Amino acid sequence: MLTIATGNRAVADAVKAAKPGVIAAYPITPQTEIVEQIAEYVTAGDLSSRYIPVESEHSAMAACIGASVGGVRTFTATSSHGLLYMHEMVHWAAGARLPIVMANVNRALGPGWNTWAEHTDAFSQRDTGWLQVFVGTVQEAYDATLMAFKIAEDERVLLPVMVNLDGFTLSHITQSLDTVEIGDFLPPFHLPHAIDTANPLGYGPMTGPADHFRFRWDIERSMRDSRGVITEVEHEFAERFGRSYGPTEDYRCEDADVVVVAMGTLGKEAEVAIDRLRDEGIKAGSMRLRWFRPFPDLDLAGREVVVIDRDYSFGFGGVVAHSIKSKTGIQPYSVIAGLGGQEVTYNDIADFVRNRHPGEEMWFGVNDHV
Amino acid sequence: MTDINARSVTNLSAIPKEEYLYKCTSACAGCSSSLCLRYVLKAAGSDSVLVVPACCTSVIQGIYPGTAMNVPVYNVAFAAAAACASGMSEAFAAMGRETNVIVYAGDGGTVDIGIQALSGAFERGTNFLYICYDNEAYGNTGMQRSGSTPLGARTTTTPGGKPTTKKDLDRIVEAHNPPYMATACSAYPLDLYKKVEKALSIEGPKFIHILAPCPPGWRYPTEKTVEMGKLAVKTGTWILYEREFGKLSISGPSKAAMKRPALLEDYIKGQGRFKNVSPETLDLMRQQVQQNIQRLAREEAGVC
Repeated sequence: MLTIATGNRAVADAVKAAKPGVIAAYPITPQTEIVEQIAEYVTAGDLSSRYIPVESEHSAMAACIGASVGGVRTFTATSSHGLLYMHEMVHWAAGARLPIVMANVNRALGPGWNTWAEHTDAFSQRDTGWLQVFVGTVQEAYDATLMAFKIAEDERVLLPVMVNLDGFTLSHITQSLDTVEIGDFLPPFHLPHAIDTANPLGYGPMTGPADHFRFRWDIERSMRDSRGVITEVEHEFAERFGRSYGPTEDYRCEDADVVVVAMGTLGKEAEVAIDRLRDEGIKAGSMRLRWFRPFPDLDLAGREVVVIDRDYSFGFGGVVAHSIKSKTGIQPYSVIAGLGGQEVTYNDIADFVRNRHPGEEMWFGVNDHV
Repeated sequence: MTDINARSVTNLSAIPKEEYLYKCTSACAGCSSSLCLRYVLKAAGSDSVLVVPACCTSVIQGIYPGTAMNVPVYNVAFAAAAACASGMSEAFAAMGRETNVIVYAGDGGTVDIGIQALSGAFERGTNFLYICYDNEAYGNTGMQRSGSTPLGARTTTTPGGKPTTKKDLDRIVEAHNPPYMATACSAYPLDLYKKVEKALSIEGPKFIHILAPCPPGWRYPTEKTVEMGKLAVKTGTWILYEREFGKLSISGPSKAAMKRPALLEDYIKGQGRFKNVSPETLDLMRQQVQQNIQRLAREEAGVC
């Protein structure tokens, strides 16, 4: 059904279609609309989930963990400080191999208080064992959330999935949204190690080095296997619903000499910049990185690369720029931009390409070459 | 849910023979919290799940892949037990299952780091039983003070004796108006058994606070663990009661103790943790015992 929705509403609508057994929710700007909208659906009887209005994000993830191992599909949503407050349980969810789906509305971290978009919150969780996807449109927020359940619950994966959308620039903007009848796209929830009192097991007891190490390798192996599962699920989604996705969204890359790599809404903004640059005769393309964990193989050989990081690792640099450097050996022009909701227009992005300095790092508006 | 009428027992010999906590656990000699857990599980029966935060029970159950437990045990992070149990309870409700969800947590995981999750779960009316077994210190990490450590007690982080009083967890829980809450002590297993049975027959959030004497922590000989629990009750230091839908009733063993409590010295003299307690501290401890007895006696008599 074609409608108009915000990014947050799209996530809530996807959750409604996925019908989790339990949703644990704690509000935080700019995620709030997701948990409010879901509360509306549950109260109106449009969604039969058990809704747990927890007292903190730490408890939100703890409740999802208890519910998931109890044997039902689970969902929560958070942002920024909420994500960091639940950090311990974010690790626990992956370590316990629970296919929890969480929407994270990307927002800067304090101090000072800033509720605008930034990816540092999500990247602080990159080593937890969660799959992480970053979306660029309202439609994609809906589609990725639906697919997240199927990917997480696949027995070759059994890891939680975090769907990331930019605070305000996606969570609160309206675009067209085509909701679907999901039919049997999502099978009934089945967790092989769900609690069964007829077969009592010890979950997460004290574990020696050899077993601990093996369990961590199992997670790594599933994370690697998840690449194939993601591709399968995205293909099935395309066949059923007509919208296709991949590890990246490439725009005019085929013959590009220089490629802009960005994530989230800045990745969509870059497409407009590419058209401007092409008009000037600059053979530019853009590659919007969708999946961050597992990190995809990127075909960037022989190109110059401009990476826009809406994040930073103090004393090291842009996280995406360094990821690409280590994966491809390319020395990108690293641009740190958009922190705390800083406005970055397509003209700015075009300027990054025009004035690129491969191998260097520039903090846009703070420490520019221009 | 346990069917209270079908399972009700009147003496120790009538307690079910099924074991859900096997022998050869990793518990210390004389551990009373593992004795309690044995009776808790006998009362709860096989259709039960334990949720256990970091505490002595994390260790007692054994090392992967072995387990001393014959019910599913979900181990979870220190602060997370009550919230995890909330999710599990709601999942079972969503599936139409009536499995008992029981948190078995130490005092550190309850009165300190876990109190926010505990409060949230009780405020939300979660259908579960939360049991705090209280050995009055962080036992698992080697006896550091907790909020539940009593005045004057020496721990590894209060080597000169704790300068402040024990946090009154029960009054905090009471403020949430749970349908059922009770105190218990490892030295009175039948009393504990009956309270677990009753708690599990009631819908909503239930709470049982067990005093669990600890030989290495309290510094008394292992064979004295039952005697130590009895002295706690007989001196009125620990009062056994139930509060059902707000109505207090003092349990049998404490009724006599409240009328004519044994000397406090009888309880503390056998514990190394109270060695060298000053006369002033001892006096304060006596006053506290008296105040507690009077407060609960007034409440039971309906005089507030």
